[in-house]
Amino acid sequence: MKKARLVDLVFYLVIISMAMIVLFPFLWMLSSSFKTQVDIIAWPPRFLFKPTLQNYTRVFGEQDFFKYFINSSIVGVSAVGLSLLIGLPAAYSIARFAQKRLSVFILVARLMPGISFLLPWYIIFSRIGLMDSYAALILSHMLIALPVIVWIMSSYFEGVPVELEESAMVDGATRQKAFMSIILPLSGPGIVTATTLSFIFSWNNFMFSQVLSMEKTKTLPIAVYNFVSYAEVDWGGVMAAAVAIMLPAILLTMLFQKYVVKGLTMGAVKG
Amino acid sequence: MVKTGFVEKNLRILFPLPAIAFVMVMMIFPVAYTVFLSFTNWNLTSGQPLGLVGLRSYARVFGEPRFLMAIGRTFLFTTLAVGFEAVLGTIVALFLHREFFGKGLMKLLLLLPLVATPVAIGIVWNLFYDPTIGLANYILSVIGLPKSAWVSDASTVIGALVVVDVWQWTPMVSLIVLAGLAGLSHEPYEAARVDGATERQILWGITLPMVMPTILTAMILRTVDALKTFDIIFAMTGGGPGYASETLNVLGFKYSFEYFKMGQASVILVVLFLIVLGCSVLIMKARDRAQV
Repeated sequence: MKKARLVDLVFYLVIISMAMIVLFPFLWMLSSSFKTQVDIIAWPPRFLFKPTLQNYTRVFGEQDFFKYFINSSIVGVSAVGLSLLIGLPAAYSIARFAQKRLSVFILVARLMPGISFLLPWYIIFSRIGLMDSYAALILSHMLIALPVIVWIMSSYFEGVPVELEESAMVDGATRQKAFMSIILPLSGPGIVTATTLSFIFSWNNFMFSQVLSMEKTKTLPIAVYNFVSYAEVDWGGVMAAAVAIMLPAILLTMLFQKYVVKGLTMGAVKG
Repeated sequence: MVKTGFVEKNLRILFPLPAIAFVMVMMIFPVAYTVFLSFTNWNLTSGQPLGLVGLRSYARVFGEPRFLMAIGRTFLFTTLAVGFEAVLGTIVALFLHREFFGKGLMKLLLLLPLVATPVAIGIVWNLFYDPTIGLANYILSVIGLPKSAWVSDASTVIGALVVVDVWQWTPMVSLIVLAGLAGLSHEPYEAARVDGATERQILWGITLPMVMPTILTAMILRTVDALKTFDIIFAMTGGGPGYASETLNVLGFKYSFEYFKMGQASVILVVLFLIVLGCSVLIMKARDRAQV
């Protein structure tokens, strides 16, 4: 009896240490965002301090953070929406007609280093005057979202019984009608998984936006990065900005935890 | 009798057509263009017209020590990061593979590093590593070790960056292996217990071999991404100090968008792409062998 309790104690000590290792950069970021500059540069580092909101008011007052937030949202929502539009029928087709080669073709986009398309995009978008346009950013982010959506949805559709469409088709519906009115409404969980993950990947993307966007369409990761390069010493402001940029992705993850785990690990387990 | 319409008859072509067209225009054509550019000496800033020079850009790039160092560094970073992530991730998964109070919360915590914006993560780690005010050096001083310059010193920068990558991606390996463990069948365990096998024999003889294909799959995913690591390195060091943390992706980025040597940049991108492709094929072969 006593031995079992000791084992439990050790087990939870290990669990708590693991949780601390995962959490400490977030906690340090959060606490630093409420510190004054004096508290941040203090040595030894201060664990107890009088919290202040001045970093947040400064960052959101002086910086155009709200605009960058809107830009990130426009790009993410449009890229995911358009990718669903072209990705869902493709995923359905891959699942129902066993188009293995097609799925590999689209998944190569997941494998390729993004920079090998970014260089030509940069040249072409400059030529046709699309630099710093939402169109260019949305197109580039679609290449992030589309493979995720096709990957998740094709295996989801494989799990939906084919009899459902067949019985609708016997009743005279066309296959495309059956897909729209029967299969899609049943695919909510899959679509939530694919949408959440691809939106987070677009939200976090740095490289494409760094090259293709300038002042007008600048997204949050670029704003945070630029903020560091010219405000290197303003750690409090930078940390407040870092908290603000991570918050939406973390909230989405908490809301859809089950789906996110499934999306990230699926395929890997099936082999 | 309903006549099958044109759309329905050609559904298997029409449904994927928009996605295929998109990938052709946005990926296949650009990659072909990059390959084409790698046979030119095009430099955006020189104002000279693009000239086909055969393999001369390849010769230039391969004669550049900075490029050769970047190849070695890319492999070093990837091997260290993926190695640690596979071992630690498996240990954590084996540890968490049981029912306990707070398991759901622990899984949520494991997700946080995976969804946090990498650029912001890099900046937070830079504060942690800061030589004068960083928590990292404080921890060293508390346990009585000398201070380190972390990412500001050429000899420690790769190690410090690997730590960040391991922190960020070990949880993904754990979650994948956990899902794999949950799917294992019970029969071999029952048989082993009947035969009186010890816990250690069960771990090495049953659990690990059965979950190995999942671990290798996680390693494929990680290798492909680790070879391409960009955000964290670019945000934390920009490839420095000097060139000490320049991987192929970072070097390719600089050649493209800082020096505008499009010909030579394309050579670097072609090499990076071939390495990513080659490594994925190699590990996939290893996984298929493990599955037999």
